[in-house]
Amino acid sequence: MSAEALAKESLSRPSAQAWEAQRRRDKLLLQLRRAGVYALAILIAVWILFPILLIANMAFSTPQDVRAFPKSFFPNPISLDSINFFLSTEGIIRATGNSIFVALLAVVLSSLLAVPGGYAIARYVFPGRDAIRLVMLSVRAFPIVVLAVPLAVIFLQLGLFDQPFTLALMHTALTLPTTVLVISSVFASVPYEFEEAAQVFGCTPLQAFWQVVLPLALPGIAASAILTFVLSWNEVFAAILLTLSNRTLPAHILYNLDKSSDPFKFAAAFVMLVPSMIFIFFIRRYLFNMWGQINK
Amino acid sequence: MAEITITNAVKKFGKFVAIDNVSLTVHEREFLVLLGPSGCGKTTLLRAIAGLGMLDSGSVVIGDRDVTYLPPRERGISMVFQNYAIFPHMKVFDNIAFGLKMQKKPKNEIADKVMNAAKLLHIEGMLDRFPSQMSGGQRQRIAVARAIAVESPIILMDEPLSNLDALLRLEMRAELKLLLTRLGVTTIYVTHDQIEAMSMGDRIAVMRAGKILQLDHPTRVYDLPIDQFVGGFIGTPPMNFLHGQVQRNGAGYTVALGEFHLQPADDLQPVLGRHDGKPIVIGIRAESMEPSKSPLSDALPVTIDVVEPLGSQNLLTACIGKDTIKVSIHPDFPVTAGDNLWLRFPINKVRYMDADTGRSITADTEKALA
Repeated sequence: MSAEALAKESLSRPSAQAWEAQRRRDKLLLQLRRAGVYALAILIAVWILFPILLIANMAFSTPQDVRAFPKSFFPNPISLDSINFFLSTEGIIRATGNSIFVALLAVVLSSLLAVPGGYAIARYVFPGRDAIRLVMLSVRAFPIVVLAVPLAVIFLQLGLFDQPFTLALMHTALTLPTTVLVISSVFASVPYEFEEAAQVFGCTPLQAFWQVVLPLALPGIAASAILTFVLSWNEVFAAILLTLSNRTLPAHILYNLDKSSDPFKFAAAFVMLVPSMIFIFFIRRYLFNMWGQINK
Repeated sequence: MAEITITNAVKKFGKFVAIDNVSLTVHEREFLVLLGPSGCGKTTLLRAIAGLGMLDSGSVVIGDRDVTYLPPRERGISMVFQNYAIFPHMKVFDNIAFGLKMQKKPKNEIADKVMNAAKLLHIEGMLDRFPSQMSGGQRQRIAVARAIAVESPIILMDEPLSNLDALLRLEMRAELKLLLTRLGVTTIYVTHDQIEAMSMGDRIAVMRAGKILQLDHPTRVYDLPIDQFVGGFIGTPPMNFLHGQVQRNGAGYTVALGEFHLQPADDLQPVLGRHDGKPIVIGIRAESMEPSKSPLSDALPVTIDVVEPLGSQNLLTACIGKDTIKVSIHPDFPVTAGDNLWLRFPINKVRYMDADTGRSITADTEKALA
């Protein structure tokens, strides 16, 4: 290359310093963007975790500390007085038992119904399939209050009231549209070729479903189980409507709320939190474990 | 007994006829390839044999059992699926062992057979991994290992290599052929890749629109295609088709390609007589022509438009009237675009085809008509 051409080339290019400066700016921008993402994630986590921390903090403080101001970030001294007081209140243990029973039964019932239902919608073309899907979806458009009243009327007419079992039926009915759709979309994502392969290698259609499709659909079933459990655990309107002496925990607490002290409320909130967190903790294994394998 | 006989099979999807009255016998230990473009019914036919889709009419007999209405698990077959259908929630060992476990074989027997199958496919070191941690080629091997582990006398394969990259496909092709021949199983292999069909099959069934057009040994399908479709579908480049006219020339008939007259074999004279004065199509493979740089009286003069060096050969393109012709020549043959070339057509390499139906015209056609 001639000297002239070299000079031209170096002119058309940015100088070494400018090049380096540009590189630094780009790097800084990249780091800023990354920091932004982390900041947002932390903000969201705090948004969700702070109320839980606050509740736990208050629940384990002495009643005097609950009323004190300013409040400390950690309970000091740690005290189980509020929790003990709450748990020893008349009917709380029973209501907790009812709640767990209702929520678990609703999970079992809705899974038992939604698994075959979701499978049918995912795999088979039958008359009215799209209509059924639409109707299910539209049921979710109504608030629970609107749905609960007619259902409650039917239960009352049938004489099925003031029993945890009835409430489980009610919660199953309320949650079924969502669980069927969630589970059917998971079944749809399991290739039919898997079932065919299982059948070629010796399975009946039912065995193929049991051994191959169901394990692969577990994440969806887990997700819908969480939905059902949380809905049932938190649901209070239908619970108040349908039960009187056999109240679930939220119904019982709500009923007593205006007559109770602040420490009682914080203890109640904490006790309400714990079982659903334990449930989600165990179910989440299925939620995350399997996906990596389905999506190759 | 692992002979498969299909008789008058018909399968429709709504109004679409996927299999149109197909009859086929696959011999014991044979490697039969079902070859055709997509939508020709080859996969539907394979699925009917597997029991994954019931026929509307006709029958499937495996060995001495009519399995037409039996579910897949009772047919004594094994299968490799196009997308492998490896179970993602099972380790490689359990995938390969799946069929044996369903047969409730004893544990140590299962372990032995899985190990054998895995060794044959060189995946014995990966048995306790999950398929998601493996590459496409390795998953392919799991699928084949699972299929051979059950030691079924019949293995059905539905485009098993179509998801692999070109190099891996080449490698697996030879390996599969060797493996299946050694095992002595009857194989039905579906593919749309004519090179795969040519290289692997003992026989090829070329399918189109639900029918088997030609069922023969690969070289015969290649050299003697039954019609224009088969000639055009098989071979890279496809067979050349030139439009000519049958003319009476002294005592016999010749085929005129413009000024040039092609002299057919003697045994074709009577049947060509039936086409006297009519248009006809001649088919010739790119590598069958003998090129010459100097004028010959019995050769077709062409001007070369394009020269494509392909390494092992050079591919020439020229126009003859409205037809394009591809000629494959040795790379050392000196020719550049614009050159004139004279092409000789060896008498036994030329196929004559009816211009209307595309069917080959042979001495046998005359016997059938006479």
